[in-house]
Amino acid sequence: MSGRRLHEFPGGLKLEGHKSLSNAHPIRRAPLSELLVIPLQQHIGEPAEPLVKVGQKVLKGEPIAKPQGYISVPIHASSSGTVIAIDDHPVPHPSGLSAPCILIKTDGDDKWCEPPRFILDDWREMEPSALRNRIREAGIVGLGGAGFPTFIKLNPGTAPAVDWLILNGAECEPYITCDDLVMRERAEQIVGGLLVMRHALHAARCLIGIEDNKPEAIARLGEVVAALGDDTIEVVPVPTRYPAGGEKQLIKVLTGREVPSNGLPLDVRVVCHNVATAAAVFQAVEDGRPLVSRVVTVTGHGIQDPCNLEVPIGTPVEDLLREAGHFTDSFERLIIGGPMMGFEITSLRVPVIKTTNCLLAVARDELPGAGPQLPCIRCGACAETCPARLQPQMLYWYSQARDFDRVQDFKLFDCIECGCCSYVCPSHIPLVHYYRYAKTEIWAREREREKADHARRRHEFRQERLEREKRERQERLRKKQAAAKAGSDKKAEIQAALARVKQKKAKQAADGEATDK
Amino acid sequence: MSGVLHSSPFIHGGNRVDRLMRQVLLALLPGIVVATALMGIGVLVNLVVASTTALLAEWAMVRIRRRDAGAVLADTSALLTAVLLALALPAYAPWWLVVVATGFAIVVAKQLYGGLGQNPFNPAMVGYVLAIISFPREMTTWPTLGFPPEVGIGQQLAIQFLGAVPPDAVTAATPLDSVKTHLGMGETLSEMTTASFLGTLGGAGWEWINLAFLAGGAWMLWRGTIRWHIPVAMLGSLATMALLFWMVDGDRFASPLFHLFSGATMLGAFFIATDPVTAAASPRGRLLYAAGIGILTWLIRNFGGYPDGVAFSVLLMNMAVPAIDYYTRPPVFGERQGDDSDVA
Repeated sequence: MSGRRLHEFPGGLKLEGHKSLSNAHPIRRAPLSELLVIPLQQHIGEPAEPLVKVGQKVLKGEPIAKPQGYISVPIHASSSGTVIAIDDHPVPHPSGLSAPCILIKTDGDDKWCEPPRFILDDWREMEPSALRNRIREAGIVGLGGAGFPTFIKLNPGTAPAVDWLILNGAECEPYITCDDLVMRERAEQIVGGLLVMRHALHAARCLIGIEDNKPEAIARLGEVVAALGDDTIEVVPVPTRYPAGGEKQLIKVLTGREVPSNGLPLDVRVVCHNVATAAAVFQAVEDGRPLVSRVVTVTGHGIQDPCNLEVPIGTPVEDLLREAGHFTDSFERLIIGGPMMGFEITSLRVPVIKTTNCLLAVARDELPGAGPQLPCIRCGACAETCPARLQPQMLYWYSQARDFDRVQDFKLFDCIECGCCSYVCPSHIPLVHYYRYAKTEIWAREREREKADHARRRHEFRQERLEREKRERQERLRKKQAAAKAGSDKKAEIQAALARVKQKKAKQAADGEATDK
Repeated sequence: MSGVLHSSPFIHGGNRVDRLMRQVLLALLPGIVVATALMGIGVLVNLVVASTTALLAEWAMVRIRRRDAGAVLADTSALLTAVLLALALPAYAPWWLVVVATGFAIVVAKQLYGGLGQNPFNPAMVGYVLAIISFPREMTTWPTLGFPPEVGIGQQLAIQFLGAVPPDAVTAATPLDSVKTHLGMGETLSEMTTASFLGTLGGAGWEWINLAFLAGGAWMLWRGTIRWHIPVAMLGSLATMALLFWMVDGDRFASPLFHLFSGATMLGAFFIATDPVTAAASPRGRLLYAAGIGILTWLIRNFGGYPDGVAFSVLLMNMAVPAIDYYTRPPVFGERQGDDSDVA
């Protein structure tokens, strides 16, 4: 373990972990569901485009949707079976709305497509770009929650060299333990993935940041790293403080560098990936396995048997709950994600997707929720706890006043929606809710403005075209008139010439007559 | 499954507005006790009259505005406004003056702006300024300070409720007022050193009241009810102004200690300027805001028409808060280069 000097990120909270509820048992394989619901959009960016037809038989690991555009990844069948529908279906999203999904009725064989090892050469010999392609073809996105396509974050582009590749094993949100278990049980895969990623990025050094409330994971990864004998890779325990697992916060803690506002980690020569993502990268590159399953924590006092399950992507939530012993009598509501940043769902038919890290079945009175909302007294407790060093009370004031210019002056878009401000607010104001509202409003307005701009440009083009046509018409008319005028001049000239010829002839005739005489 | 969809975060740390307000009220207790001990039960009478008026006015206004009166009264902010205002009023203030000032504070300065959190000006100070502008005679008649108080209970009640005129023997101008008057008559401060209105630290008697408020303020700082920025900046700027001029001309300008421990200095620094609703938001903004209050207080005490200047200074700086807030926006994460970054 290292004696690395750590730094502090601003604000943050000490929270009850509730981790021991679910991290006592090893990861179990969830049973295969009869129906898999696989959304076409499981990542940030463009949704994937279906490659299969209804009625088609598919094998596990077979691509069933291809990426559209750059920020997109393919999607694979997570088990063998038959495509029974490609249709809208409830998906895990805060809106509770439906989205296009591929529905597969599984045949129970769970048969892999041929060849399961589609990568045969040694990744150490591969070009980074080829490696990134492999990772993209395996459909890998950030498994920490945001779901950004991993291959893009493995592309340093034209940026100067990457100083640090950081693996994020902080898992700072209460209740969630899937990364903890993956670190304990799959440390070799994580470190293997780290080496692959490092190869793709040419990163100078690697750090694995883990909150110090996970001693087993720290010890296990420490052993695996020590066995490598590479002193440019370190496992670093970081203080348990929410949200230490935020990308910018972890980078600050580990390196002291602040990712610029509106910037990317690459701007400070750092790249950060989740530990489970690294394990998935390793499986994709070493075993040729696309991302068809992930580990999900099912926890909370609302469920009888909290656990961590290896779940095929697309498994309906209700099947997982059944595997975890179903609801207790005091069950109240179901949250996807953790209590700080998760969202509530009402349909048990929504599937687990690539970014689903936790199902939190909340019992009555389990979570000390906010009371009735009172007016903001500008006490500033929110600002003191904000890890982005924002002024949440000002953001709230201007969001409520719908003054979206001012809200952006106060850097609304630097808000990471961690929820610290709402947690400490003595007036129990759902602050994050107001920021989401303001962001959505601003996006909507930008779209409106773009539309209006577009319409205005079209109008201007049309005006210009009409003007030009008018000008051209006038020009033609003028030319014609000029030509006509020129034409009449010619006539006169011809007549004059004819007259001269006549005159000449007459004169000659007269002269002839004279000489004849 | 519950019918209402909540949004994250789903947990709350348990901070409560009413708890904060109650902490402030509790921190005022030492000051109330000392003031009562030195000025008599007029202090308590003012507290009772002001509190009753404030709660009734708040209740009425909230009903008119069709809000949940129970929830609004439960935040105890009206009570706090009443207590602060009552402590700023002279102990001989007639009951109607207390009612008018408190009613104006709650109805006009608070509720007409939209209630708690919406008022740009400190309601207690608006009420106080209304009173001092409209009723200067009543507002400058203070009891002589002493323990036990020289005025009897019956006499006190007669003064406040029956309009009895307090006898000269038990009335006095405040030390700030006296110093101003004597300076105006051409006396120097060194000639006043033996005067009865000067105590060891500040104004005679008033120094103890100020010390008691200081103690309450220190407790709030320790509890985390308030942050240090406002009291430190206000007291610091007031003391600095006083020190500079006192060193230049100690005969014409009172010492920093006198300014710190006279009048409403400590009440203002810890309890009034720290009202978060009307103060600046960011730490830097709060420093600027409170420094402004300290400087203005010193200016008004020395050159203004009124003996004390805390109330006017607070209101003047309240006006500047939106501008201060805008121009003191702290740099957000990633806006300034992290200066403690490591080398790879």
